[in-house]
Amino acid sequence: MPSRIGVYVCHCGTNIAGRVDSAGVARHAAGLKNVAVARDYKFMCSDPGQDMIIKDIREMGLTRVVVASCSPRLHEKTFQKACQRGGLNPFLFQMTCIREHCSWVVVDPAEATAKAKSLVAGAVSRVNEHEELYSRVEAVHPDVLVVGGGIAGIQAALDIARSGHKVHLVERGPSIGGHMTQFDKTFPTLDCAACISTPKMVAVSQEPNINLMTMSEVVEVKGYVGNYTARIRTRPRYIDQNRCTGCGLCMEKCPKSVPSEFEEGIGQRKAIHRNSPQSVPNTPIIDPASCIYLVKGKCGSCQKNCPSQAIDFTQEESYLDVRAGTIVLATGFDILDPTALSQYGFGRYPEVYTGLQFERLNNAVGPTGGKIVMKNGQAPESVAIVHCVGSRDKNHHEYCSRVCCMYALKYDHLIKDKIGHHARVYNFYIDMRCFGKGYEEFYRRVQDEGVIFIRGRPSEVTDQTQGPEEAGKLIVVAEDTLLGRPVRVAVDMVVLCTAMQPRSNAAEVARIFGISQGQDGFFLEEHPKLGPVSTATDGIFLAGTCQGPKDIPDAVAHASGGAGQALSLAARGEVSISPTVSWINPDICIGCKMCVGLCAYSAIEYDERRRVCVINEAMCKGCGSCAGHCPSGAAQVRHFNEKQVFAELEGLFAPAQPVRQPVASSAT
Amino acid sequence: MEELNIAPQTQSEPVPGAAFEPAIVAFVCNWCTYTAADLAGTSRMVQSPNVRLVRMMCTGMVDPKYIIKALLGGADAVLISGCHPGDCHYINGNYKARRRVKLLMEILPRFGIDGRRIKLTWVGASEGNEFAATVNRFAAEIKELGPIDTRRLPLL
Repeated sequence: MPSRIGVYVCHCGTNIAGRVDSAGVARHAAGLKNVAVARDYKFMCSDPGQDMIIKDIREMGLTRVVVASCSPRLHEKTFQKACQRGGLNPFLFQMTCIREHCSWVVVDPAEATAKAKSLVAGAVSRVNEHEELYSRVEAVHPDVLVVGGGIAGIQAALDIARSGHKVHLVERGPSIGGHMTQFDKTFPTLDCAACISTPKMVAVSQEPNINLMTMSEVVEVKGYVGNYTARIRTRPRYIDQNRCTGCGLCMEKCPKSVPSEFEEGIGQRKAIHRNSPQSVPNTPIIDPASCIYLVKGKCGSCQKNCPSQAIDFTQEESYLDVRAGTIVLATGFDILDPTALSQYGFGRYPEVYTGLQFERLNNAVGPTGGKIVMKNGQAPESVAIVHCVGSRDKNHHEYCSRVCCMYALKYDHLIKDKIGHHARVYNFYIDMRCFGKGYEEFYRRVQDEGVIFIRGRPSEVTDQTQGPEEAGKLIVVAEDTLLGRPVRVAVDMVVLCTAMQPRSNAAEVARIFGISQGQDGFFLEEHPKLGPVSTATDGIFLAGTCQGPKDIPDAVAHASGGAGQALSLAARGEVSISPTVSWINPDICIGCKMCVGLCAYSAIEYDERRRVCVINEAMCKGCGSCAGHCPSGAAQVRHFNEKQVFAELEGLFAPAQPVRQPVASSAT
Repeated sequence: MEELNIAPQTQSEPVPGAAFEPAIVAFVCNWCTYTAADLAGTSRMVQSPNVRLVRMMCTGMVDPKYIIKALLGGADAVLISGCHPGDCHYINGNYKARRRVKLLMEILPRFGIDGRRIKLTWVGASEGNEFAATVNRFAAEIKELGPIDTRRLPLL
């Protein structure tokens, strides 16, 4: 029986109809083979538009539906569901894009209409070959894996754990808390970072539903949505966490000091150390690269002095496999190393600091006990803050790091507050971006405090003086673009607001989890507006700055979003998996086993008895590597098979036929 | 199974004097280049109207006979575009596409089809501008090259 096709051409307001003659396309479609009805309508995705399709399926007995509107990535599911409500299998539907790929990009209305007609003809021809397919339902493992224990990972883990689901929280470092624990105050409210982050960190350690794994990294992920298995490598801490009481005696007695990573290199730590007494867990760790015992085999001072015999030098790397239905990635960001911007003298002049180093100078548990002082112990009389170091810069990162303007304002305030009103603070900015709640008000407040704002990106920071008044100072050379003249500002200290950038191992993490990176290197979300937390891989969600620069409120909100999405899958307990996987026709297969080696998912096995290859549908992702190669044509991807692609190509190039019947148009 | 029709179809007669407008088929992967094409559209990047996208899940499923079918069926050129090497949504499907296209490029010229009529590119999901530029560049190249004449091909 020939199929009865309904074709629906959308106007999308004027988005399509402004260029493409939608009614003309519908008239053209009405003349195509097997088309029973073709209509055009203002908004096909609206309820009346969908109802039109449902009504036609029921009343006119349509067996196939084609919609020509926006990209199928946007509304394919909408129309598939409409078909289903009308009683038609959702795979007997084909969508073609005449908006993003046609009306928005073709200038000439005649050419756009011709292209739309050809695309519709391709879709109509293809839909004839569509087959009924049925989605498979799989159970979703109730546990969730959260990767990264910064503020985003903590938020996601707590949200999920409080719903009753078990969370495996994997953190690479010795303590959770992330970059936020390095900060002193947070903008614009100036509440102390530790006061708001440590209760959350403690909540994680006390939450029975959270399995916290520090010093750990995910090295391999297998499976698919609902059924992931992650292999986690845990590096040794050399301290028995069950015995350690966190008294800190070992750190006092350790004879070896090295520059501290947590203090951004401006403070020292011992070989046995922890970030701060508030660390979670508060067990110290021994750094095997600097520990004298682990390097030379003698010392053991910590072991001798530990009152609870918690030191264990025999600990080794261990591996653990955990199962999870969904994964939330919260791997955070790195700070750009400003050494590459040699004009600013970082690493060359001791009084040039990164933003994060300045945070440590401000922090009450930092190397200076919270006093803003130079290396000589004196408080600086003048400070220059250079915005956009590596951000908004074609040589480094084109994007805006979103947080620097605001933390620069926070530094302005803290310098005035801690050193005194006489301290001069100069901001070198391109634009002030104070977009959040209470941010603009904070900007105004700092301006009122007498901070100086100079619009211009400095060309260099130098110690080459041009007069006695500049002696012993660092000179920031810039152009004040509002005054239109060069300026030289002599200061005691320079703070560089360095860019947030993707983690150095982001590419490796993306590969392990099977997700992609955007142009800027951050993980790519499914849709920049409508899917900012999901990824193209089902069941893997993003949280916080691994997706792009964010301040704390945004990172926390994003993390709650990711947790919500992971939970909605976990709570439902089942997920329907697309049936568009490969199938090998056993009547045609010659058993050459070519496909077995091509399959990236090991989803194909050779059946010795029947001498044919067989697809394991649970493992097949439908990539079609087998179908693209199969020499006998036995392997085909469902919904993307040879006949369907051939039919689409034939439709695209079929010469226009005269209109056979009048079109029913319901456009007004 | 029915015989699939690979025979050349009727070609539209070139109108004398009219500028040659090529027909180009682009087999693009759903995850990268199709997404980039959406982005190019959303960003209103004007493109040559000659290209028709055929959505595939992965360039790895583009059977060389799809390309041949397109060329014999009325396309003057075929573009295959997927994720950048290492970025494939299906681990390594794009590498398989690369091998197949390479082989096809060796074979097709022997049948009288200019290798320049087939192009393999990588356009990532965030590269809308790159997609528009690729399409426009390729369309200009094929305009320069002129129409394909499958009826005069030897051995067919």
